[in-house]
Amino acid sequence: MIENRPIVTFFTHVMLILGIFMIALPIWITFVASTHDEIRMVQSPIPLWPGDQFFVNLERTLFGAGLSGTENAPVWLMLLNSLAMALMISIGKIAISLISAFAIVYFKFPFRMTFFWMIFITLMLPVEVRILPTFEVVANLGLLNSYWGLSIPLIASATATFMFRQVFLTIPDELLESARIDGAGPMRFFWDILLPLSRTNIAALFVIMFIFGWNQYLWPLLVTTDTSMTTIVMSIKQMLEAAEQSPQWNIIMMTALLAMVPPVFVVIGMQKLFVKGLTETEK
Amino acid sequence: MAKIALEHIRKAYGPTEVIHGIDGEIKDGEFVVIVGPSGCGKSTLLRMIAGLESVTDGTIRIGDKVVNNLEPSQRDIAMVFQNYALYPHMSVFDNMSYGLKIRGLPKAEIKRRVEEAAHILELTPYLQRAPRQLSGGQRQRVAMGRAIVREPSVFLFDEPLSNLDAKLRVQMRLEIKKLQERLGITSVYVTHDQVEAMTLGHRLMVLNGGNVEQFGSPIDLYDKPQTLFVAGFIGSPAMNILDAVCGGDGKSMTLFNGDVITAASGAENLAGKSLKAGMRPEHLHLAGSHDAQFSAHVDVVEQLGADTIVHGTLLNTEEQLSVRLDGIQRLERGSTIGLSVDPANVHLFDPQTTQRVN
Amino acid sequence: MIKRVHFPASPLPYLLVAPQILITLVFFIWPASQALYQSFLIEDAFGLGSEFVWFENFQLLFEDDHYIDSFLRTAFFSAAVAFLSMSFALVLAGFADRVVKGATFYRTLLIWPYAIAPVLAGALWVFMFNPTLGIFPYFLQAFGIDWNHYLNGSQAMALVIMAAAWKQVAYNFLFYLAAMQSIPKSVIEAAAIDGAGPIKRFSTIIFPLISPTTFFLLVINVVYAFFETFGIIHAVTQGGPANSTTILVYKVFNDGFVGLDLGGSAAQSVILMILVIAMTVIQFRYVERKVEY
Repeated sequence: MIENRPIVTFFTHVMLILGIFMIALPIWITFVASTHDEIRMVQSPIPLWPGDQFFVNLERTLFGAGLSGTENAPVWLMLLNSLAMALMISIGKIAISLISAFAIVYFKFPFRMTFFWMIFITLMLPVEVRILPTFEVVANLGLLNSYWGLSIPLIASATATFMFRQVFLTIPDELLESARIDGAGPMRFFWDILLPLSRTNIAALFVIMFIFGWNQYLWPLLVTTDTSMTTIVMSIKQMLEAAEQSPQWNIIMMTALLAMVPPVFVVIGMQKLFVKGLTETEK
Repeated sequence: MAKIALEHIRKAYGPTEVIHGIDGEIKDGEFVVIVGPSGCGKSTLLRMIAGLESVTDGTIRIGDKVVNNLEPSQRDIAMVFQNYALYPHMSVFDNMSYGLKIRGLPKAEIKRRVEEAAHILELTPYLQRAPRQLSGGQRQRVAMGRAIVREPSVFLFDEPLSNLDAKLRVQMRLEIKKLQERLGITSVYVTHDQVEAMTLGHRLMVLNGGNVEQFGSPIDLYDKPQTLFVAGFIGSPAMNILDAVCGGDGKSMTLFNGDVITAASGAENLAGKSLKAGMRPEHLHLAGSHDAQFSAHVDVVEQLGADTIVHGTLLNTEEQLSVRLDGIQRLERGSTIGLSVDPANVHLFDPQTTQRVN
Repeated sequence: MIKRVHFPASPLPYLLVAPQILITLVFFIWPASQALYQSFLIEDAFGLGSEFVWFENFQLLFEDDHYIDSFLRTAFFSAAVAFLSMSFALVLAGFADRVVKGATFYRTLLIWPYAIAPVLAGALWVFMFNPTLGIFPYFLQAFGIDWNHYLNGSQAMALVIMAAAWKQVAYNFLFYLAAMQSIPKSVIEAAAIDGAGPIKRFSTIIFPLISPTTFFLLVINVVYAFFETFGIIHAVTQGGPANSTTILVYKVFNDGFVGLDLGGSAAQSVILMILVIAMTVIQFRYVERKVEY
């Protein structure tokens, strides 16, 4: 930087730490709430410093009955449901986008552009604007309360398809020609050359799509009525409702914490890929 | 090993035809260079031989087989690309063996071939490296190694040296020539660089605007350029082309400023017509006022040590002229020099048809 | 658009695009066209038959004060969310751009709210602002402010705006920081030599240079506030009190699934679709995201 006046640098750091404090405050309060027992958590003012009940709450939340007075599935099952949904959505999106981008870039065939525009249109139709009819389709197909119903309607992806198209377009033509001279057919070229060369993009996209899948809320809310299919993100809302009768904030906040740990861990642990994925899908 | 026959090859993209019917035969074991300016269709022609472009009309034979509808991998060819086209995620060994693996050769045989090629190309220490860890010249050699291990009957080179710096280019040029002579495999090499073409090829196919201008040995092209284009394209500095009027004997040519030069063999049937007279810079000599056939005005003198290049104009005209003189010649800018030329080294062309007439 | 060379014609490409196209047709295009069709129908009171009524549903909507209110509320909500989260992110990015040491550390600590589901963000904020227990109402009392977003519509709106903006700061921060870091150092140095101090440099050099990013983020934030904040509303206020936080997306859901007004809900869907299409077009046509240096 140009100015190295210590006072300016100091001010910069102070402001950043202040910013982090403001961003982190809700999480801190959540964490603190998950470390006290339920008696402490109904006394105002609520604590701002962690207590010693973290593991007790953790065990009660994960394997116990969870919130008393509700008929929810155990939290570990919800976590599994969320994981299954997030993985199916992210892997599904990547798989079908990879192959359709491959077809669109490397083949010339009738209706190629029609298909391209059909995929593009999905960008303009978020689930929120077609809730009812999409729900009806899923219901008619008998996919309610199933992992398939949770994930398949969400795995069409224009952004992922465009990103892979972009990646493929930057791969030199000569590589394809060389592979053809080497005798590689289309699928062989796809497996041996394209996939390995798109590895980091696939990983980056996976990070983004995993978070997208894990955080789904409206769609699971509609297609799952069976409590054994509840995802962890959905359960928070039900707990908030229950809290109006019997406030057990320690358990609710522990559940919230469990619901945010996997995606947050993915973002922090794979920060580079995450940033790459985020900026590249917006191109 | 095989010969390649091109019969009336045409290529059109939609309504635009870029190659207008090319014929030619490349003999078994021959090294043919296709040379021409950018956009002349040389790469397209090579890619048609490789099977990477479809052939609009005409027939391509490799050996005795018509290959028009064969996949590139079925043509028994190997190709070296301008940007090498190495698979960036594979080691040198994997790059070289990929094609063999697809063909299902036994592991031991693949290993033997790759190691042999690596030995020839001095790549043995680099077999496990990734392409990005290699220098430009080494990558170039891997690309050639990939071609060699296939033991093809034809090598195709698409401007393989143009991504290298000048010094390395000269070195790799020599290596390619030695390698081709050693393996004796029929080779087709595309370049826009006439020096590369002259040094490498047994024969050169000069392409311009989708047509063959001339197909012959380097010496043929130099000594007897068949068209104005070839005359200007081969040789550096380029041949001087001057406007002239043919005398009654068909041999004495009157230049624009009235000076007269003679050609050894003339064009009697063109007496009185205007012609283009070509003389290579290295065939012009300084001459005293008695022997001088024509004079030039000196504009720029380039001292290269081994020789001196003089750029000027034909005296009293705007016609550009260059002269290559042996050794160091001290000439003043703005002075006038007398020049002579051996009649055997005067090339005459018809300005209408651009064809050679003597 | 396509490679110069491609593989020879075969049925293979059709097989490759089939999964994506099938899903698009079944779960996107068909439902969207259904919504379009239903928006022209009115069901009778018993749900037994329906009548084709052209634009009557739309006409009813625009005569409905609730809908107009919801529309205006959504506009205010999106503008507030976009302004709040973008300006906060801009300031933070401006500081983070100056940091030489520990830049990655700060970035790590600022980006993770992106990973938190909107409904969770809502839950966190609703807990912090719980009228009886929350930490903020406790402090606000000291200033004589009686916080109860269950009763006070403006407070409810303020709460969902804060929760929605909080979650989006991370995203905006990342894009702003990336944009600032792509400005060549020499441009900033030239400004410093011309005598511009840090604040002057930020306002006259950096901010104008990243204006394409600002415009791009504006579109993204509005889309986010329109469609992705459903979870926050659902968790925090459920549209209340007295519809004071019912934004359009929430209303579509509520009228369709709770109110079972199919035609009206479909008409609302169609209007939302038109809005998304408009925003997508703006994003692709007018957002020039790259500045040439």
